[in-house]
Amino acid sequence: MTTLAEEPAAKEPAAEEAAAPRPAAGEPPAPPMVQVRGLWKSFGPNAVLRGVDLDVPAGSVTVVLGPSGSGKSTLLRSINHLEKVDRGFVAIDGELIGYRRSGDRLHELKEREVLRQRTHIGFVFQNFNLFPHLTVLENLTEAPVSALGRPKAEARARALELLERVGLAEKASAYPRQLSGGQQQRVAIARALALDPKVLLFDEPTSALDPELVGEVLDVIKDLAQAGTTMIVVTHEIGFAREVADTVVFMDGGVVVEQGPPREVLDEPRHERTRAFLAKVL
Amino acid sequence: MSTATTTEPLAKPGGRPGAADTAGAAAPLDLGELAGLRTIRTRHPWRWAAGLATVVVLAQFAHGLATNPGWDWATFRVFFSADTILRAVGRTVELTAYGTVLGFLLGAVVAAMRLSRSLILQTVAWGYVWVFRSIPLIVQLVFWFNLSYLYKRFGFGIPFGPTFGEFETVGVLGALGAAVLGLGLHQAAFAAEIIRGGVIAVDPGQREAAAALGVPRWRQAWRIVLPQAMRGILPSAANEVISLFKGTSVVYVMAIGELFYQVQVVYGRTGRVVPMLMVATVWYVLLTTVLSIGQYYVERYFARGADRTPPPTPLQRARALARGLRARTATAVATGGRS
Repeated sequence: MTTLAEEPAAKEPAAEEAAAPRPAAGEPPAPPMVQVRGLWKSFGPNAVLRGVDLDVPAGSVTVVLGPSGSGKSTLLRSINHLEKVDRGFVAIDGELIGYRRSGDRLHELKEREVLRQRTHIGFVFQNFNLFPHLTVLENLTEAPVSALGRPKAEARARALELLERVGLAEKASAYPRQLSGGQQQRVAIARALALDPKVLLFDEPTSALDPELVGEVLDVIKDLAQAGTTMIVVTHEIGFAREVADTVVFMDGGVVVEQGPPREVLDEPRHERTRAFLAKVL
Repeated sequence: MSTATTTEPLAKPGGRPGAADTAGAAAPLDLGELAGLRTIRTRHPWRWAAGLATVVVLAQFAHGLATNPGWDWATFRVFFSADTILRAVGRTVELTAYGTVLGFLLGAVVAAMRLSRSLILQTVAWGYVWVFRSIPLIVQLVFWFNLSYLYKRFGFGIPFGPTFGEFETVGVLGALGAAVLGLGLHQAAFAAEIIRGGVIAVDPGQREAAAALGVPRWRQAWRIVLPQAMRGILPSAANEVISLFKGTSVVYVMAIGELFYQVQVVYGRTGRVVPMLMVATVWYVLLTTVLSIGQYYVERYFARGADRTPPPTPLQRARALARGLRARTATAVATGGRS
């Protein structure tokens, strides 16, 4: 089930092993890494999610498109339980998020347990949310040390490795505000990776960036995609979706209108709403 | 040049005749030949006049301080470092320290209760702040001082159940104890609101990011939110400490030998009111200065990461200035010698 080979170092040994992590043809297909079933969520009288279903296979990239207010961000925030939904369930790698089942009852998990579950789910925010009073390195080591209890030296070494990977090794001792927006977002991605999550969620990762900085962040995400990281990306970058996505999901009015490979959804949309949206953004 | 001619007809109806006139009248402007010219800086005669007037008034006041016999600097000198006064200063500092520590510890607890998700704790904390902000400090002090009227004995045990140990209230809560308790409880109500204000001013995205990373809850508060909240808390907190420090003079009603009480004792005996008040004033100013300097450095510490380039400390600034002056005098001496 742990098909997550999210970096070259981890990928090599995986490739050498004869028992390939990906199910060969004929075997029963592995359950999706992310399963979303019937999510409903209202803010006051305003229903933002109206029964969303979604499956994200391990190692795949799902790009969620849709007009603003369509529930994309809420869906993403519900997946790691930052938003508590009114109805519906989310499971990551077969583990129910936010609840425990015993017999025919569901118990809400304590905050401490939800926090532990979240360490498996990396989240990258639109406006980075780096900790401004901590250095870049401290931003990366905080959660591995305090949430996973990793030794400091180990967390440090891993953090430097990840900074190298996003091309910011020399910024380890800088404070976030000393970096450009693109650099900050790359640090935020490295921070999410520092927990070795099973899935990475991106909430409009390039929307707060100047146009010339968008590319560097998308390049990092593309690298991750090639390394086989399971990702859900909410974005308005259609070009990126076409290039990187395995599945494009189009949402509107709190429901998934259609989903499929980018060629289908982006080039031959079946629904009028998708066509109207694409006509506006393309 | 071409821009000047094109803007001219536009500028005239636009209401900026001055700009248009110069643009039209001036000969072709060659910016290259300006390089060698001397720049005459704008003069500000009124700025100088106002500054001078202020200096004159201040000088007059200073002259009065020095020459008016009413200030009685001889007495001031005798008592400024007298043992009784020094001991009283120590007592004032002590009261301030206890009041600050008790006030901010309790204040932090009350703020945490107010910010908690428990409706009971929230309500109790709100009630605490309401009560202790409402009662004048002096009333509270006198009340605590007279607590033994209300409760003769003070015991530990199970609520509404058996008692394990008992104390005479008078023995436990002396004048100093009552003063510290009063100051601390009073301070806690204000400290709680200051701390809460600092915490709610931190971007909610910070806590959310920490939660998304699975950082444990106490660590979210201690490592992520509080250090950032400190920036907002510190200026008001320093205000509170300084005002508490001077506010300790209120406990003179309980005949505690702090600075203001002691000064009154002395002038009650000698009749030299003004110099003794100056003794107290100068001590209050001195200690406030120390606190203010401390505040600067603590704030600086918590501002890390807030600016792209942290400003230099005053010490670094002074050193840079000294270096600059030295360099300048060195060149001045060198050129002066040659000419």
